[in-house]
Amino acid sequence: MVNKIAEGPEAALADVRDGATVLVSGFGGAGVPEELVDALIEQGARELTIVNNNAGNGEVGIAALFKAGRVRKLICSYPRQVDSHHFQAAYRAGRVELEIVPQGTLSERLRAAGAGIGAFYTPTGFGTDLAKGKETRIIDGKGHVLEVPLHGDFALVKAERGDRWGNLVYRKSARNYGPTMATAAKVTVAQVFETVELGKLDPECIVTPGIFVTRVVKVPRQARKIPAGGVTQGISGRAAA
Amino acid sequence: MSTTRLTREEIAKRIALDIPEGAYVNLGIGMPTLVGNHLPKEREIFLHSENGILGMGPAPAKGEEDPDLINAGKEPVTLLTGGVFFHHTDSFAMMRGGHLDIAVLGAFQVSVSGDLANWHSGGDAIPAVGGAMDLAVGAKSVWVMMEHLTKEGASKIVPKCSYPLTGIGVVKRVYTDLAVIDVTPRGLVAGRLVQGLSFDELQRVTGVPLVQSGKRAAA
Repeated sequence: MVNKIAEGPEAALADVRDGATVLVSGFGGAGVPEELVDALIEQGARELTIVNNNAGNGEVGIAALFKAGRVRKLICSYPRQVDSHHFQAAYRAGRVELEIVPQGTLSERLRAAGAGIGAFYTPTGFGTDLAKGKETRIIDGKGHVLEVPLHGDFALVKAERGDRWGNLVYRKSARNYGPTMATAAKVTVAQVFETVELGKLDPECIVTPGIFVTRVVKVPRQARKIPAGGVTQGISGRAAA
Repeated sequence: MSTTRLTREEIAKRIALDIPEGAYVNLGIGMPTLVGNHLPKEREIFLHSENGILGMGPAPAKGEEDPDLINAGKEPVTLLTGGVFFHHTDSFAMMRGGHLDIAVLGAFQVSVSGDLANWHSGGDAIPAVGGAMDLAVGAKSVWVMMEHLTKEGASKIVPKCSYPLTGIGVVKRVYTDLAVIDVTPRGLVAGRLVQGLSFDELQRVTGVPLVQSGKRAAA
């Protein structure tokens, strides 16, 4: 019998090694697998490359990874939020490398990794600082930039519900990067609030088929604070990115 | 001249009234978000949010906020009846694949040829691009919403952007607190000047040559 449901976050992340590239789902506070990130801090792996849309907020989640000095490099699209101070301090002190990627290119590089694409040309970023040093090509009269896939050793994603085969469904805009990141890593760990019997998820509505998922971890649903709102104000509460 | 300037809400209203029924629209974070407050209720317009929402509705009532339902600025929003959620790669396929009709974006500067600078103020600021470059190249029409002048009184419409570029030749139209300016092959065409402002005055404060709407360019 196939059973991808792991005992808990610790067991699911026991094999993360120093220097690993870890894809972490979420946009702002929505869709961040907070319990898995906490478990990653506990687990102790160092020199990590973290891929996330943002750079953590406040004191918890990805911000706590920076605070604990576990991150060597961040690949993200938008690290500039007022309460991303642990990242900002580490960056200013030269302790963490930053690779800024246009958000759609970030998402497409992850997709390319998951889909076995060798590289792709996109008009996004052509002629800008973010295309410096990259191959370019004019296609149909329009400038394009060559971008390469972004593979993860691990993907940590947050879903709403899963089954023992690893099929997942998400909730509202917390879906964001989860389905794409799940395809792009050697090991994908999904945290869910509910595990259900096989057949309980509507096959027409499953968003991530289990082939992309290695382990499923059930975490308790807890009252979460509402985002305070605003890019400059950042996110309050346990929101991690 | 200062007495005639439009407020941000008034600029937002102008833009909202120019968006036709059935349009798929992305409103950038910051000032463009205000446009959503002025969309005519009788028109069905689809607001897209880069984090995976089409048919985004207004802010929820106090107490009704859902941390899993936020906009690109990470503020709580709602979903209209008929609205839909999707993942990031689908969302950016909508943006990059030419499916959005209009993107309304803020800007530091717009050049005479429609170059856009809106993602990085340069210097030692930590760079952060988000979805700006994707919208700039991907939407069918990019409209900029910005103040005409900087706080120091310099024109934000410039011969060549001094801030880092977001996209080259991407801006179709600029809505400012003084006028509406179309980026066209015959140059920047200025119309809908605010009350009390003459074309000559607008030209005087603008950093590049303008063509008066309805008139032919000078030879």
